[in-house]
Amino acid sequence: MADKNAILAGLAEIVEEETGLETEEVQLEKSFTEDLDIDSISMMTIVVNAEEKFDVKIPDEEVKNLTTVGDAVEYIANAQG
Amino acid sequence: MSRRLVITGLGATTPLGGDVPSTWDAALAGTAGAKTLQQDWVEKYQLPVTFAAEVAVEPAEVLARPETRRMDRSTQLGMVAAREAWADAGLQGAELDGERVGVSFATGIGGVWTLLDSWDTLREKGPRRVLPMTVPMLMPNGASGAISLELGAKAGARTAVSACASGVEALIMALDMLSTGDVDVVMAGGTEAAIHPLPLAAFANMQALSRRNDDPGAASRPYDVDRDGFVMGEGAGALVIETEEHARARGATIYAELAGGAVTSDAHHITAPDPDGLGATRALRRALASASASVQDVTHVNAHATSTPLGDVPEYTAMKAVFGNHLDEVCVSATKSQTGHLLGAAGAVESVLTVKALAERKAPVTINLDNQDPEIPLDVVAGSARDLDPGEQIGICSSFGFGGHNAVAAFRTV
Repeated sequence: MADKNAILAGLAEIVEEETGLETEEVQLEKSFTEDLDIDSISMMTIVVNAEEKFDVKIPDEEVKNLTTVGDAVEYIANAQG
Repeated sequence: MSRRLVITGLGATTPLGGDVPSTWDAALAGTAGAKTLQQDWVEKYQLPVTFAAEVAVEPAEVLARPETRRMDRSTQLGMVAAREAWADAGLQGAELDGERVGVSFATGIGGVWTLLDSWDTLREKGPRRVLPMTVPMLMPNGASGAISLELGAKAGARTAVSACASGVEALIMALDMLSTGDVDVVMAGGTEAAIHPLPLAAFANMQALSRRNDDPGAASRPYDVDRDGFVMGEGAGALVIETEEHARARGATIYAELAGGAVTSDAHHITAPDPDGLGATRALRRALASASASVQDVTHVNAHATSTPLGDVPEYTAMKAVFGNHLDEVCVSATKSQTGHLLGAAGAVESVLTVKALAERKAPVTINLDNQDPEIPLDVVAGSARDLDPGEQIGICSSFGFGGHNAVAAFRTV
């Protein structure tokens, strides 16, 4: 099972790179749109970068279900198996 | 045109400096901006030309990291120059009616780095890896759009695309916007970031670039008998242009008047200039007419003067046709000798230098003029910068581009 803390840390780096938000602000319960103010184009950029970093596939139709950072960490962890 | 238009803010990032003061000081001193390129792709592709004039200050040093990720390098440079000009005009944080603020920004090629990088990504990693921001980053209106967002400018964000005439054409488009009466302030300028192996290879194959690989600083030598082509440069220039009424009402410092301008097209050849300079002649005449100026008013020209064997002569022919014997009284600066050729940004940066020359009464120097071409008997400012006389006078900035584009702006001292 993948280390979820490592996934969170890696995801936080991707979000920081794309948005300039501090990595500490990227927490599991935060909503991408409501709390982190990430628009759909930034979200897709984050998804594509996460796919590369974690070697997983996140289909476009799944992206809308990733409301919070925790949702994304969970999805990536499961996808990694 | 009934309303007088004035320039109240200047911005630039160039091979000579990261802002206007450093660029201007370097331009007066005479500074060669071209250097041997250190990128590994020069060797990898065995490029026939191994030097260019890169910006003195990397945009990543002054922009926030997310900005550099969402803007092509050309937009980054344009943003740096526009922010400086806006602050210089005293407009940062000012309460303006955004519906009366416009943008007119130019580029020759647009986001060529983004276009070609993302093509590499597609071929190497597949379509999924192509970033969603690719199109807004590569589009030629990327800079004008981003700058309109930055300034809250809602009166239109136009983009001049006329190759190496683009920068001056953007000023003339700004003049048109302001003369409608619906606009008070326009952020005008131009940007270019095309020092990429593809444009370098393509321009080299046209025989347009200097091959002086062993001495880059001496390669851009307009009007010299040994000139052998232009030197690729990158950078951006920006000018805040507003109605005199608006500028006076807010107590702005005024550098100069944008007195007039004109564009014409040669309809002669897609790249070669009309050998008799007829299109350039018409642009000069129309620009002076729109400025209500006579040829005797003109004291200074910042010439297009790219340092190509073929291009520099017709520009002289056009100036001679327009100015006649008065041409002996006009001092000409060929600042591409220092900056290299900034393509779509050239006319914007050279307009900034023309405005500074009028405001400071000092014409910048032309370097590398060791043996002036006898076919071009202009009074070139060489050796050192030259003082302009006091009193009201007109300065001209000319730009010409592939496609047969001619653009001339006329500035008046205040």
